[in-house]
Amino acid sequence: MTSAREMGPAIKVEDLTVAYGESPVLWDVDMEVPAGILMAVVGPNGAGKTSLIKAITGLVRPVAGHVSIFGKPYPEQRHLVGYVPQRNSVDWDFPTTVLDVVMMGRYGGLGWFRRPGPAERALALEALEKVGIAEFKGRQISQLSGGQQQRLFLARAIVQDASIYLMDEPFQGVDATTERAIVTLLKEMRARGKTVVVVHHDLQTVPEYFDWVTLLNVRCVASGPVESVFTDRNLRLTYGGRVSYLTHHAPGDTLADGEDGD
Amino acid sequence: MEFLGDLLANYTLRTVGMGAVFLGAVNGVLGSFAVLRKQSLLGDAISHAALPGIALAFLLTGSKAPIVLLLGAAAAGWVGTLLVANIVKNTRVKYDSALGLVLSVFFGIGLVLLTYIQRMPVASQAGLDTFLFGQAATLLARDVTTIGILGSAVLLIVLAVWKEFKLLCFDPDFALSIGFPIRWLDVLLITLLVTSIVIGLQTVGVVLMSAMVVAPAAAARQWTDRLGAMVAISAFFGALAGGAGALTSSLVARLPTGPTIVLYLTVIVLVSLVAAPNRGVVWNRVRERVNRNSLQAEAVLADLYVLAVRHEDPGHGHPISVLRTMSIGHGGVDRSLEVLRERGLVRSTADGTWSLTPRGLEEAERLAGRRGEGP
Amino acid sequence: MTAPQVEIQLIAAVVAVSCALPGTFLVLRRMAMMSDAISHAILFGIVLAFFVVRDLSSPFLVIAAALTGVLTVSLVELLNRTGLVREDAAIGLTFPALFSIGVILVARYAGSVHLDTDSVLLGELAFAPFNRLEVMGYDIGPRALYLMAGIMLLNILFIAVFYKELKLATFDASLAAVLGFFPGFLHYALMALVSVTAVGAFDAVGSILVVALMIAPPATAYLLVDRLSLMLAVSALLGAVSAVSGYWIAHILDASIAGSMASAAGLLFGAAYLAAPGRGLIAITARRVRQRWKFAQTMLLVHLYNHEGLPEEVRENRISNLHEHLKWDHRFTERVVAVARRQGFAETRGSCLVLTERGRRSAMEAMVG
Repeated sequence: MTSAREMGPAIKVEDLTVAYGESPVLWDVDMEVPAGILMAVVGPNGAGKTSLIKAITGLVRPVAGHVSIFGKPYPEQRHLVGYVPQRNSVDWDFPTTVLDVVMMGRYGGLGWFRRPGPAERALALEALEKVGIAEFKGRQISQLSGGQQQRLFLARAIVQDASIYLMDEPFQGVDATTERAIVTLLKEMRARGKTVVVVHHDLQTVPEYFDWVTLLNVRCVASGPVESVFTDRNLRLTYGGRVSYLTHHAPGDTLADGEDGD
Repeated sequence: MEFLGDLLANYTLRTVGMGAVFLGAVNGVLGSFAVLRKQSLLGDAISHAALPGIALAFLLTGSKAPIVLLLGAAAAGWVGTLLVANIVKNTRVKYDSALGLVLSVFFGIGLVLLTYIQRMPVASQAGLDTFLFGQAATLLARDVTTIGILGSAVLLIVLAVWKEFKLLCFDPDFALSIGFPIRWLDVLLITLLVTSIVIGLQTVGVVLMSAMVVAPAAAARQWTDRLGAMVAISAFFGALAGGAGALTSSLVARLPTGPTIVLYLTVIVLVSLVAAPNRGVVWNRVRERVNRNSLQAEAVLADLYVLAVRHEDPGHGHPISVLRTMSIGHGGVDRSLEVLRERGLVRSTADGTWSLTPRGLEEAERLAGRRGEGP
Repeated sequence: MTAPQVEIQLIAAVVAVSCALPGTFLVLRRMAMMSDAISHAILFGIVLAFFVVRDLSSPFLVIAAALTGVLTVSLVELLNRTGLVREDAAIGLTFPALFSIGVILVARYAGSVHLDTDSVLLGELAFAPFNRLEVMGYDIGPRALYLMAGIMLLNILFIAVFYKELKLATFDASLAAVLGFFPGFLHYALMALVSVTAVGAFDAVGSILVVALMIAPPATAYLLVDRLSLMLAVSALLGAVSAVSGYWIAHILDASIAGSMASAAGLLFGAAYLAAPGRGLIAITARRVRQRWKFAQTMLLVHLYNHEGLPEEVRENRISNLHEHLKWDHRFTERVVAVARRQGFAETRGSCLVLTERGRRSAMEAMVG
């Protein structure tokens, strides 16, 4: 049985460089995500956060660099990773129901020619219960509110029963209740040993929701536990001086930084 | 009944009818996927692009056998599709321009080839007319067999790869992440579309092929929210229009089959748009949301009322977090507060808390009275 | 060249220019397929008008065509606005329906008259010189020429008068509306113009090739120039060139003139697709190769810099391991390293690759930028 240490960290990104045209969106990024944590990936627009997730899942091909999941390349470890894309990446008018979408999460395990059956259906219903939208199971997906749609995507991820979850802006445009529900769910997942990496846009909530954070602006500015990494200085490096609303009581501010603790 | 018997005994009608019915069904199925992927007009482009393929197939092989011409048409249709994708990917020319370009230029090339062929002693003029307008009336049993075999193959493949196609159309990124071979699935789907279009060309003709691909699917979408049902209904509509069109055009003089089928399709679409319960869904959805919003707003108003009643000062402001807590599971507090504020029933204070206005107090009392919870 | 030959080419050129002008706006406004839709749908209007006036050469037909064009656009918009049908599907539903009605009407009621749907679709330019226009007893030339010249003038006039508004409406519809430029009116006026041009061109090239002339030259121009005024001029020029060269191709091959014109237009597009300066495939590929190379150089230096002075430097910057860390092809890595050393950005120290002062500066510059 491979020990946890031998397996390596949940996600290891080395020298990752992604470019779509002339200039890179990710450059020589090194990052390690240990297993069992809840990590936020933050950075300004165009910083490459979505590209990072897409490069890890193989949706975009990097120009250089390497990604490994528990020590092995992604294609071999697909079944361990659950991907939750941005909500606006699908057409919600597509003729499919809530239950249907969740069952799609099981397609990976079915192989060719097999249909989802009662077992898959049961799992899907369970996941819908867990995210709190079981009552909508027969509804066409455009009839859901933004928050409900996000929960739907989460339910689909849950049925994948993965070890690692990659989520792209799951809190974008959801109401406060849903946001709280999602955070609760994520913390529950972490408690069960899952690793969750979330592209996040709201700096205010990072210390409250996450244990680890990666600050990204084409380069990886810093990555590690929130207490040590989420400092004023790092934020300034990431956002280029545009961070004006962080309170003086940001965690990690030490006198050694030359700042007053207020 | 005797009438029907006579009809069915009519060889031409039987042939054309079967061909048209089956074609309608197959195109209904593939058309569903095309429409859902916003590729409605791709069918139009593929039909036009097929012409040079047919001409070349004849030029190169000297044979007018249907299967040869079909292969030529399919190849040209495929090349056209690839070219469109290429143009969009590599230049700033947009998708619609690329479609129109490939459609018309390929057709022009086909025209040149065709007129060049017609100078040859062997060829005949009839080919072009058939291609342009469809010459359903000249369908032979042999042609229908071809349609039947190819069409069945197409349908079987769709059935086999159903869930893969479904996910491909709905969420290709997610599909890729769980290991689906997206590229190949896309190639397969396009091939099936090209096939279904190409086997229909001689029945309906180039110009009208677009409708055969788009109309059944557009109509079917109005009746259901499930992909499986939509595809089935689409096949049914296509078959229905095909059969009715064939029947009508054989009964009425000087009524060409292709346009008749399209007219039936148009009627089906119009009826579906107007009468389908799904259309109510659009209105229902809107109504539902409005209802839900107003119910939520009422709930927030009621909460504020409860707080006001408990507190000594009814004008005292309450922070939004309290209201959110009271509304757990219902959401929409922020929006409700805005709505209530616009109606003059609540106001927000300097320190960001919310309270009832005198009017709001009145309204809340009225609602409470209506609910039987009187003070 | 004989007189009819000259006339044919002239007509062809005028048709092409008339199509290229409104076509430019269709391409820019992403409504290229509307040309396909309109040019088929107007058969419906022509037939109805014909039933009224019973005269194939009546100007009433042109008006009816214009109205049908507007009708088509309105129907598409109506369908789209119900929220139940997407725009592309709406187009694919509307024009076949109208066209079908037209064909059926012709087949049933006009069969005896020479309203040939074939010619509507395909046209036959070769016959144009035979249809003369007579003014006060003098034969002043083919009717088609004067008709198309008139339409061309109409197009030019429309664009000249509304140039500012068209430009704004094409690139920023909401701003145009705010400034009171009635983008809605312009939109329908443009569609009416497309319809009129299409019906005028039917005689010559048929509807399907009207589409070719409305889309291909503007699309080609789009790859060549950046300014709207230039694009209009270049489209017109390319259209005329397609027309004349198309004629000669048809002459040599003894094939359909209209088809040849469309093919010529397509060939011109193909040439631009490949060879347009800066935007053609060749230019893009060359640029991509150049960039990838330059990029790789920079990445190597940045990689060296990042791991400089750190404990894993020995492992990361070991020459034999570089290709593994950067996930490059072995030989590619060797080439990049060789160039870096030759240019003085890095040097070998032991088994590692180390930055020179120059290389370090270069790496830092790259990271700041």
